[in-house]
Amino acid sequence: MSYNIDEKGYYGEFGGAYIPEMLYPNIEELRQNYMKISEDPSFKKEFNQLLKDYVGRPSPLYFAKRLSEKYNTKIYLKREDLNHTGAHKVNNTIGQILLAKKLGKSRIIAETGAGQHGVATATVCALMGIECVVYMGEVDIARQAPNVARMKMLGAKVVPALSGSRTLKDATNEAMRDWINNPVDTHYIVGSVVGPHPYPDMVARFQAVVSEEIKWQLKEKEGTENPDYLIACVGGGSNAAGTYYHYLDNMDVKIIAVEAAGKGIDTGESAATSVLGKEGIIHGSKTLLMQTKDGQITEPYSISAGLDYPGVGPMHANLYKTGRAEFIAITDDEAMTAGLELSQLEGIIPAIETSHAFAVFEYKTFNPEDIIVVNLSGRGDKDLQNYIDYFKL
Amino acid sequence: MNRIQKKLQENKKLLSIYFTAGYPNIDDTVTTIQNLENSGVDMIEIGLPFSDPLADGPTIQASSTQALKNGMTSELLFKQLKDIRDTVKIPLIIMGYFNPILQFGVEAFCKTCQDIGIDGLIIPDLPVDVYHSEYKSIFESYGLINIFLITPQTSDDRIRYIDSVSNGFIYMVSSASTTGAKSGFGPEQDAYFKRIAKMDLKNPQIVGFGISNFKTFKHATTHAKGAIIGSAFIKHVTHNGINTIDQFTNSIIHETI
Ligand SMILES: Cc1ncc(COP(=O)(O)O)c(C=O)c1O
Repeated sequence: MSYNIDEKGYYGEFGGAYIPEMLYPNIEELRQNYMKISEDPSFKKEFNQLLKDYVGRPSPLYFAKRLSEKYNTKIYLKREDLNHTGAHKVNNTIGQILLAKKLGKSRIIAETGAGQHGVATATVCALMGIECVVYMGEVDIARQAPNVARMKMLGAKVVPALSGSRTLKDATNEAMRDWINNPVDTHYIVGSVVGPHPYPDMVARFQAVVSEEIKWQLKEKEGTENPDYLIACVGGGSNAAGTYYHYLDNMDVKIIAVEAAGKGIDTGESAATSVLGKEGIIHGSKTLLMQTKDGQITEPYSISAGLDYPGVGPMHANLYKTGRAEFIAITDDEAMTAGLELSQLEGIIPAIETSHAFAVFEYKTFNPEDIIVVNLSGRGDKDLQNYIDYFKL
Repeated sequence: MNRIQKKLQENKKLLSIYFTAGYPNIDDTVTTIQNLENSGVDMIEIGLPFSDPLADGPTIQASSTQALKNGMTSELLFKQLKDIRDTVKIPLIIMGYFNPILQFGVEAFCKTCQDIGIDGLIIPDLPVDVYHSEYKSIFESYGLINIFLITPQTSDDRIRYIDSVSNGFIYMVSSASTTGAKSGFGPEQDAYFKRIAKMDLKNPQIVGFGISNFKTFKHATTHAKGAIIGSAFIKHVTHNGINTIDQFTNSIIHETI
């Protein structure tokens, strides 16, 4: 049994493409071309070159000495925060912009929650000289102001999503509606391993560079490719998918997925999809999602805009359902405390999304000889105001 | 023969109206249907509201949001429609997104539809291939006709495939757009309408999206069997409530001024 995607576009029972006919030609064009294009040697060469020279890859695998001492185990940090634009998101946008060019598209749309994916998309559009429109929930525009400014500076148009909870889910709806209305010239750069097939697989493949690097970097440092644990936070699940990708079927490596519990699993203000979700369809994918008994998608809550999503990618739904990954839900307070701790122990201010992953060390005890790799998915610059308000700094 | 199939054999251009169940008020559903039938409408699409209607523009989105706020659910809709066949004779189709139907249970949903006298379903985000392989036999065993969409971007091969899976009509989306986004038709639509007419499909076509008045209804039905109006009708009941539905229908069927 493999935990990767099957030839029909499913991870176990999750995935597929539940899309209105209006989107069929776009999705079908992608489905038929994404592997052909991305496996082509000339594409790979250009992709890898840009990751190296423009993004600054490989990102370091850093042994966090003081954090390891505190928790009496061996913790390595995969430094995606050091990428150009400050998060893992750019790995995917570089891949998709090259793909969009090969498909002859002249206009790019994207959704964004924290604004990291929006910035990463605006960045590659500037790089390639392509028009860029980013949909962002009105609520997120308010809580991620620095990233809104960045996108504008990069020449993107930021369109507020005014429907529903006015967060990531609604921004995604608006982007999909834009695509329905502009089917020919536009490519939609989805920002996580969500949406209809082939998006989850395509984004996972572009993010897989993370685990590809972890393998050889860990071999250099520890003499083995295999950590005992991989830890990543999960919004839609792209940094997690990248972290797990080359280890999915390697049962020597345990997988931990960290979701946002918001104010607590039972408070009604949470984004812990695996615990609170039920099987259904969101944004064209059969997966786990938070919904009412009647099948209406509910509004999630998390202090971090990037984890504030009522669904989860189909790969992760399958990892949860099969028990391949351990899912841990971390509250706002636990995440904020862990973010402050990482800042003061290692001199690294993480994005609030990422802080959730670090709260696992208070939650779970590891053995002293365990080797743990945490995806440090993004840096905290964009969240400074939130940290300041929270800690009254 | 299903009511939809019978209706399609009538020698006239058909007017079908979409409305959102439970909008503007939660108890408007049955009266809206009755008023639509009495005003001369041929077929009705009852919109089951969804929180995230991907294929819909702002007008239908807003009506869905309001209907959900009013308390509409699948269960309540079925309760409201329980005795609908005592008064209403024209074909009734439920149009809804797949997730609420999935949560209700596809088979239970179909069975309830049959019990009530619903004739067909339109589920925009249930793709034809998934329907074909997983759900067709269930729908058919409860006598329901599933209606598929085609757009100007749909390839001839796929249209033929959709035609082969359909046994009622084909919902011809007039342009690549969400509902209510565009009004009126240009040369592009004309070419598309003609192209489809020439394909000589087994199923008649009914055009939807972009139809809002006598002129666009007439234009859309030049080649097609009928037309569906959604957003324009929702706007009408938003401003005028459900007591003047006959005025709306008249303005579509008859040339005014
Ligand atoms: C730094 C960072 N980490 C994680 C996420 C969550 O997304 P994903 O689960 O796709 O990695 C985001 C999303 O905005 C982010 O900005």
